[in-house]
Order: sequence, then C-alpha cells, then structure tokens
Amino acid sequence: MDTFMTWLSGLFSNWGIVWKNFDYLLVGAYPQGPLGGLAMSIVMAVIGIFGAFWIGLAVGLMRLSSRRWLAWPALVYIEIIRGTPLLMVIFWFYFFAPILLGHAVPETDSAIAAFIVFTSAYVAEIVRAGVLSLPKGQTEAARGSGLSHTQAMIYVILPQALRNMIPSFVNQFVSLTKDTSLAMIINVNELTLSARHIYTRTMKAPMEIFLTIALLYFVICWVLTAFSRKLERGMSRYQSRETL
Amino acid sequence: MPLIEFRNVNKWFGDFHVLKNINESVEKGEVLVICGPSGSGKSTLVRCINRLEDINQGEILINGRTITGKDQNLNELRAEIGIVFQQFNLYPHLSVLRNITLAPVKVKKISKEEAEKTALRLLDRVGIGNQAHKYPIELSGGQQQRVAIARALAMKPQIMLFDEPTSALDPEMINEVLSVMKDLAREGMTMLCVTHEMGFAREVADRIIFMDHGEILERGTPTHFFTSPEHERTKAFLREIL
Repeated sequence: MDTFMTWLSGLFSNWGIVWKNFDYLLVGAYPQGPLGGLAMSIVMAVIGIFGAFWIGLAVGLMRLSSRRWLAWPALVYIEIIRGTPLLMVIFWFYFFAPILLGHAVPETDSAIAAFIVFTSAYVAEIVRAGVLSLPKGQTEAARGSGLSHTQAMIYVILPQALRNMIPSFVNQFVSLTKDTSLAMIINVNELTLSARHIYTRTMKAPMEIFLTIALLYFVICWVLTAFSRKLERGMSRYQSRETL
Repeated sequence: MPLIEFRNVNKWFGDFHVLKNINESVEKGEVLVICGPSGSGKSTLVRCINRLEDINQGEILINGRTITGKDQNLNELRAEIGIVFQQFNLYPHLSVLRNITLAPVKVKKISKEEAEKTALRLLDRVGIGNQAHKYPIELSGGQQQRVAIARALAMKPQIMLFDEPTSALDPEMINEVLSVMKDLAREGMTMLCVTHEMGFAREVADRIIFMDHGEILERGTPTHFFTSPEHERTKAFLREIL
C-alpha cells in the first residue's frame, strides 16, 4: 500500500514544471515570439465561430429556399461536410489551399478556414431546424400583410428562430473549441501542441501537463455554456411572461 | 363591377379536388359569410384571394383586374387585403404596438410616429387602448384576436378576410371579437368571413354561402338560408349546428 501511494504521489509530483511553463501554455512564446497555447485556441475558435455563424446562416437560408438553384448547392455542401471527418477537412485546406492560391498559406489560416467551412455546415442545419420549428402561421401572417420574403425573415422569423437556436449554437461552438486541438496535426501551436512542446522539451510530468490543459479546455467550454444560458434568459423575456 | 369575382376557379391539393368550379362575386361593402363542414374548402377559398393559396384553373379578379396571373405583385396585392387567422398569429417577440406598426412602416413606408398614432387609435377602437406596450402572451385570447384585427386594419385594406376568427377562443371571449367585426361591417368594410357563428351570420351577413366538398351548394340572404334552404345537405348542416 505504501509503495502504491509513493508511486501515485510520484506521478503527480512535478507541478513545478507546469507552473514554470504556464505562460507558454497560455500564450505560447508571445510577446517575444508568435502567439500560441490557449490564446491561439481561443483566437481560432472565436474567428471560426464568427465566420461559421454568417456562412451557416446564409447556407441554411439557401437550403430553405424554394428555388432549386439556391437550395441544391447548399444541400450538397451540407451533406459532403457532414459525411467527412474534421481532420480530413483540415488536411484538404493544408494541402490544397497553397496549390489553389499559388503561394504558401500559414498553417493557422488553413486551420481557421477548415474550421469555418466545417462548422458552417452544422450551423446551416441548426438554422434550418430553427426556422422550420416556428409555426407556419408566423410566415403566413407576415407575408399576408404584404412583407416580402426577406422582410418576413428579418423582422418576424429570424428574431424568433435565432433565440430557439441558441442552445444548439453553443453546443456547436463548444465542440469547435475542443476541436481546435486537431490543428496540432498541421503544426499550429495551439494549446495541445504547446503542452506537447513542454513535454518533449522536459520529458517530465506528462500527467500534470495534460491534466492542466484538460482543465483549461473545460473552463473555457463551461464559461461558454454559462454565457449562453444567460443570453437565452435575456432573449426569452417575452416568453417568460407567460408565467406572470 | 363586383369588387371580387371568382371565375371557374378550380384547385387541387394533390389528388384532392378542394375547390370545384367556383363562380361567385362580392360587391364593395358586402359582408359574405362562408359556412360549411370542415374540409369543405371554405378556408382555402378565402386564402386564394390574397394568394396564400394558388389556384390551378380559372381566375380571380379584384376591381375587374385579374390577380391570379404569374406577374401579379403579391406584396402589393396583400397590402390591400387584411387577413385574420384562427390562431391569431401575432408576433410573440414584438409588443402589441410593434405588431401593428410593422407592416405599415416596412411595406407602406409610413413614418413610425404616424403608424403608432394610427395603431393607438385602432387599439382604442377594438377596446384595448391601454395594452399597447404589452406582449401578446400577456393578453387573453379575445384580446389577442382584437389586436390581430387592428393589425390587419392598420394597412387600410379594401377587403378583410376572416378565417374562423373565433374558433380558437373560449366561449366567453367570442362576443368581444364578434362585436368588433359587427362594428366593422356597419362601417361598410367589405368582409369575407369563414365562421360557424350562425348568430353573427344572421345579424350581419348580406349573403351566406354554404360549401361542401369544394362546391358552393347554397347561396342567398340570411333569411333564405335559415328559413328555406333548398339543398338537403344545407338542411342537415343547419340541423346539426343550430
């Protein structure tokens, strides 16, 4: 028993290494060198989320269109992405973007492009489900009063649909935040790769290092979820009046 | 020239022949009540007038001009025709006032101040002037339906369509909606009402038509309709509903 406890405490005795390299886990070599670590993960997730929201919104609305030349490309895009692993999409952009553009592309840019393209397909499906979940009478009332399709979307349908979508959006964005770790495969110095750098440099304390980054991922995702709950409550003000 | 005219109108939902060779016209200022069992096509008939449904054959004219052509501007057409639904269909995320001013401001490009003034006047007229800043969910069903009527009137329509406006209401709220509709009829609004409220039909309608299986079986004044209906189907319907 004693030997076991000694062995166990030995496994977790090297917190000093984590502490000494903590700034590297948080921001990489910044400000002397390039940004990395957790900050890089967050930057990629935020840009990815922002881009995927707008593209996903556009693709989702195209998918809902009664015009086939709009709906069809959206459907093909969504189906292809949903049937492909994210890692594959990251490789596509890593290998094909320089060929298509004719010049070198920073790995970080390739990774962000892959995240946007990948997440947009899922956001598009969330948008579609959100719009379809509204009663048909809302569209009929809006169009019946003379509003155009676009006006009905902007003033009547989307304000309601977007609120319904918040929980699914946040799920998607929590996934994306965790999935930024995949960018290490094309050598983007985000949190997971930073952790591995520290380990390969010291060859010590793997448990402590990887436990620490797990905790960091968890905190970020937890904050995101809590924020969305708050947002949801704020936007559902008109609904909660039901209980008055 | 009638205000609204149906000429040989036919419509199918897939294999289901929902409107069969409809010929009918409505004069300006007339109140037409459309009744019949569910599935008889009466709602569809009304919803064809503002093109929420499209017909397959024949044509519909308003002021002598066809509105069922491919090149008809739907938004212009609908701005002239108010519609009130069974389920109210108020916008839950907007206040009562914004529900009413949305279309006048966005479609007719009326200034916000002007539209709000009109909206408050209309809310007074339907008896809920003090509820302008509440949200639909805070109102009773009868109040919500009166907001829906005010919302339709805010566009200053030539024609008002009512698609079973009291069917989703608790019995004690039906009269407050009907009395608003009666006022409207008295003021000379052209109205087409799909309804089962036979008291309302008797008192307010200029004419009643009875539909079954997509056909108009009976048409005439309320007196004719209630005292000497010709068709057996009408008699059976009246026996059941009265």
